[in-house]
Amino acid sequence: MTGMHGGNVAIIGASETRDVGVLPDRSMIQLHAEAALAALADAGLTAADVDGVATAGPLPLEVSHHLGVTPRWLDGTMVGGCSFMLHVRHAAAAIAAGAASVVLITHGESGRSRVGVGAYRANPASAQGQFEAPFGALAPYATFTVPALRFLHERGMSRRDLAEVVVAQREWAVGNPRALRRTPVTAEQVLAGPPIAYPFTRDMCCVVTDGGGALVLTSAERAADLPGGNHAVYLLGSGEASEAPLMSQMDDVGSFGAFRRASAEAFATAGVSHADIGHFMGYDAFAHLPLYMLEDAGFVGRGESGAFIADGHTRKGGSLPMNTNGGGLSYTHTGMYGMFAIQEAVRQLRGQAAVPVPGVTISFVQGVGMFFGAAGSLVLSSRRP
Amino acid sequence: MAGGTVPVPTPETEPFWAGTLAGELRVQRCNRCGRHYFYPRPFCRYCQSADVAWPVVSGGGRLVSYVINYRPLPPADPAEPQVIALVELDEGPRLLTNIVGVPPEPEYLPLDGRVQVEFQPRGDQALPVFRMTGPVPPADDGQAR
Repeated sequence: MTGMHGGNVAIIGASETRDVGVLPDRSMIQLHAEAALAALADAGLTAADVDGVATAGPLPLEVSHHLGVTPRWLDGTMVGGCSFMLHVRHAAAAIAAGAASVVLITHGESGRSRVGVGAYRANPASAQGQFEAPFGALAPYATFTVPALRFLHERGMSRRDLAEVVVAQREWAVGNPRALRRTPVTAEQVLAGPPIAYPFTRDMCCVVTDGGGALVLTSAERAADLPGGNHAVYLLGSGEASEAPLMSQMDDVGSFGAFRRASAEAFATAGVSHADIGHFMGYDAFAHLPLYMLEDAGFVGRGESGAFIADGHTRKGGSLPMNTNGGGLSYTHTGMYGMFAIQEAVRQLRGQAAVPVPGVTISFVQGVGMFFGAAGSLVLSSRRP
Repeated sequence: MAGGTVPVPTPETEPFWAGTLAGELRVQRCNRCGRHYFYPRPFCRYCQSADVAWPVVSGGGRLVSYVINYRPLPPADPAEPQVIALVELDEGPRLLTNIVGVPPEPEYLPLDGRVQVEFQPRGDQALPVFRMTGPVPPADDGQAR
């Protein structure tokens, strides 16, 4: 072991729940358990082999005890939907430091059916409850979306650029039988759809689903001796960053500093350049997020994200296939989508995706959490350098 | 706006909400580095100095961004669209607020347009909301804020 990056730590088990979508027959904690046991089976391991557990939502001790795991390392980092990117990064550090040997990262959320979870209420004495919620900034579609017009305005872009994100990603979803929205759409149809929160229409907002996913990480050395080692995915680099707990207090409404910082650290620690990236997962709870990410992570220049997508660069055969499961906009979104973005990157790197990208060896995964509050970035590879 | 949740002040934010009830927008300013900051806390967000004041600001600013929310959640009236907006005060800080006094349509909500604070009762508190005051500024110069 010589450090947490550079392929020294591997994902050797990865699985989602056996289905995703509308699952009223399973509680939140069962979604964690189902995904965890499937990921362990995928790795060729059992719960007895796990000595580290990370999760967000329930406490890691709840998941550990529920599964019958006795951990010596726990991580309950909760920064919203990108928590799992941070868990991968933290697990790699723990494994490299010898604080854990086999780490299980779990996600499960009954986001649509709300089985086994309480109703969400903002604390009216919190900063959010005092300074945002009274003005109607409660639902994600009326909060996470507010910066978008500024982004478009500063670049001379328009609502059509939001619609083109939907169109490009729906093309991927059409070929994915697990995706919730699978009907091809045109930009005109997206723009004419039911209005949710101007400038956003329905299909510019993510689906709302139930589901879960889990990952198993260990050292590359140990991976080589395990059944899961033959489909190991290696962590080349990573980054994490946070900004304001209130969307209204982000440093720059038209660009997210945490995307810039986390992605820059991921590229620097991986020692790769943008030209090396063959696949991109960009957490898309709403259609403006891939536009921010492509620019803030440096894949395109300022103001170029809309044309990049509209011209087909993120579609099949394009230079940067993006959100190839259909994304949160079309595939699934339980509330904390980050786990599913990582799962699709792993599937692509293993050659197991529903719609595979031929020859992809390095994937970049960009997460966001807490409505422009936090970011996590991973550089994953099918090859150990 | 037709209803919504009611803010509950904490000891650190109480002067802000006492101000809105008195028809004043009070935004803290640091006496050491000179910057206004928001949301309230008893030390400067930029230099952590505890030497801070509660001046009343002009209440003028510009519209930075917004959504027109067609699906308000209770306790707001689900039938009345909300203009949920970001306003940058002339003194620097940015607030999330509502734009009132114009139809909830994009043509009445020019980005970078001038706005002025006013206050609306909400439960036992008063919320700072903003009204467009025009004239509409020239086209954006393309520079980030």
